[in-house]
Amino acid sequence: MADRPARWALSRRRVLLGGAAAAAGTALTGCGAPRSAGAAGSGTTGFGSATVPFHGPHQAGVTTDPQAHALFIALDLVPPPGRDPREALRAVLKLWTADAARLTRGRPAVADTEPELAEHPARLTVTVGLGPALFDRVGLAALRPPTVAELPGFATDRLEPAWCGGDLLLQLCGDDPVALAHAARVLLKNTRTLTRPRWRQTGFRNAYGARPDGTAMRNLMGQVDGTVNPRGEDAFDRYVWDDGAAAPWFAGGTVAIVRRIRMELDTWDELDRTSKELTVGRRLDTGAPLTGEHEFDEPDFAAEVGGIPVIPPNAHIALARRRTDDEQFLRRPYNYDDPPAPGATTDCGLIFVTYQRDPARQFVPVQQRLAEADALNPWITTIGSAVFAILPGVRSDRDWLGRGLFERG
Amino acid sequence: MLFNHIHRMPRRAFVALAAGALLAAGCTDAAEPQDGPLAERVSVSDAWAKAVDAGMTSVFATFANDGVRDAQLVSAASPVAATVEIHEVVSDGAGGSRMQPKAGGITVPAHGRTELAPGGDHLMLMDLRHPLRPGDEVELTVTFADGSTLPVTAQVRDFAGAQENYSGGADHADHGDHRHADEHTGHHHG
Repeated sequence: MADRPARWALSRRRVLLGGAAAAAGTALTGCGAPRSAGAAGSGTTGFGSATVPFHGPHQAGVTTDPQAHALFIALDLVPPPGRDPREALRAVLKLWTADAARLTRGRPAVADTEPELAEHPARLTVTVGLGPALFDRVGLAALRPPTVAELPGFATDRLEPAWCGGDLLLQLCGDDPVALAHAARVLLKNTRTLTRPRWRQTGFRNAYGARPDGTAMRNLMGQVDGTVNPRGEDAFDRYVWDDGAAAPWFAGGTVAIVRRIRMELDTWDELDRTSKELTVGRRLDTGAPLTGEHEFDEPDFAAEVGGIPVIPPNAHIALARRRTDDEQFLRRPYNYDDPPAPGATTDCGLIFVTYQRDPARQFVPVQQRLAEADALNPWITTIGSAVFAILPGVRSDRDWLGRGLFERG
Repeated sequence: MLFNHIHRMPRRAFVALAAGALLAAGCTDAAEPQDGPLAERVSVSDAWAKAVDAGMTSVFATFANDGVRDAQLVSAASPVAATVEIHEVVSDGAGGSRMQPKAGGITVPAHGRTELAPGGDHLMLMDLRHPLRPGDEVELTVTFADGSTLPVTAQVRDFAGAQENYSGGADHADHGDHRHADEHTGHHHG
């Protein structure tokens, strides 16, 4: 009864939009199509109705073109007394599956108390991962993929426990922060008797439509970020998606690393532009390597002028550059800009999120080189780190996240 | 004789027969009675139950009927509850609301839907045999007026609402005066 007015309002809105589209002399058919309706100036923008499919061999939100906003929420599994931890995990995953399948389609969750907030998903994705220690806690240690393990420490790490670890990752991405907030509220409250929030990181890129499609984002140091990335299905299969060889249930999953990298902007400000470009190895305006003209030009690390390398050997891109074919992974970073500590001007940085099949082979060697010598190190500090097994995708309405962990054989 | 025979047929059958004779074969009269069980034309979706440690709790769902006859949901049962009642929420005449057994059950109209939602009609699991915890699944069987049945699987959800007042059977009368109190979850303490 409570949602009957909402239903009515939706059909009424569609009628109004259809009328507006017809009046504007646009499409003769498809009056209900939100995109054309938005173009007719109805006050609704088309991208609010855009959706990313929830079902598939992989979870969405990994190789999905990055949305403008992201929430990374780590939780610990805290079953109430008398409830078996494995059974509690299963309950969490079933509840999240049911809610995510609906919210990402723009439908209210079951028992949604604010169904109107679900109407415009704006490419909402919900991506769920399990921390390495959780497998032991729920008696499934034998099923933990060998690639899902804590990272080694790095020399430059200044990790704060408040930003580390977690049994469960809830990654929510979307182009509308209202839809994100609603999804987070629904997913968290429906599992609140089974989980305890551990940390939460709010990330953003340029607002939807603020920059041309397909351009890499800028981080808050002003650098073009995320230029070097595997692209295309073949590369994703090679570098991102697990093939199930070591743990068959994990086929189609991946391993996520979530690092919180604080930017020391007060001292970064002391550098002139040339010094900043030499530190990274790319031009600030175009993102092109110092040896090239365009963002996607291959850097020439051998180029010298007067016997001096154009790109310093310890520039960020020189050390981040892969030494072997294995050293490639998918970067999907978001900026953060949180309330600073008393007396500080800003608390900015990067939620540096990478996805790879095997961190030990792909991520760790690169990070070790950077930790040892990256010219950028004085201005960046890693204060958070966590690893999660991103579960394989949900194939259908009968399937659910992590089912392979519980129904084997 | 022939006249007498026709005369004894139900009027609707006579009309159908006459129409069939006029239009030859292939007549698809929308009003043609349907013989199948009511439950075969009803589907259920979005079924959920409110998590509770003990006592009673409510079940909500959406029923859709694609048949040509109204489907009257007259009773329900579940292995997790001693009994299942069909409830409605009505005004108590003093600005509040209370729930009570719904006489005649719940109608799922022909070619229509009926939603059981907090604040409205619902199924009430009485005298639960064990706690219903978030993420659990509860099996129910609902029965329609013709005796046909439909299985329902409800996902248990942590839900703050659905606390309508109960003023039904005599054994629950002690809760009749507590408007907006947490009757459903509080009952087992009484």
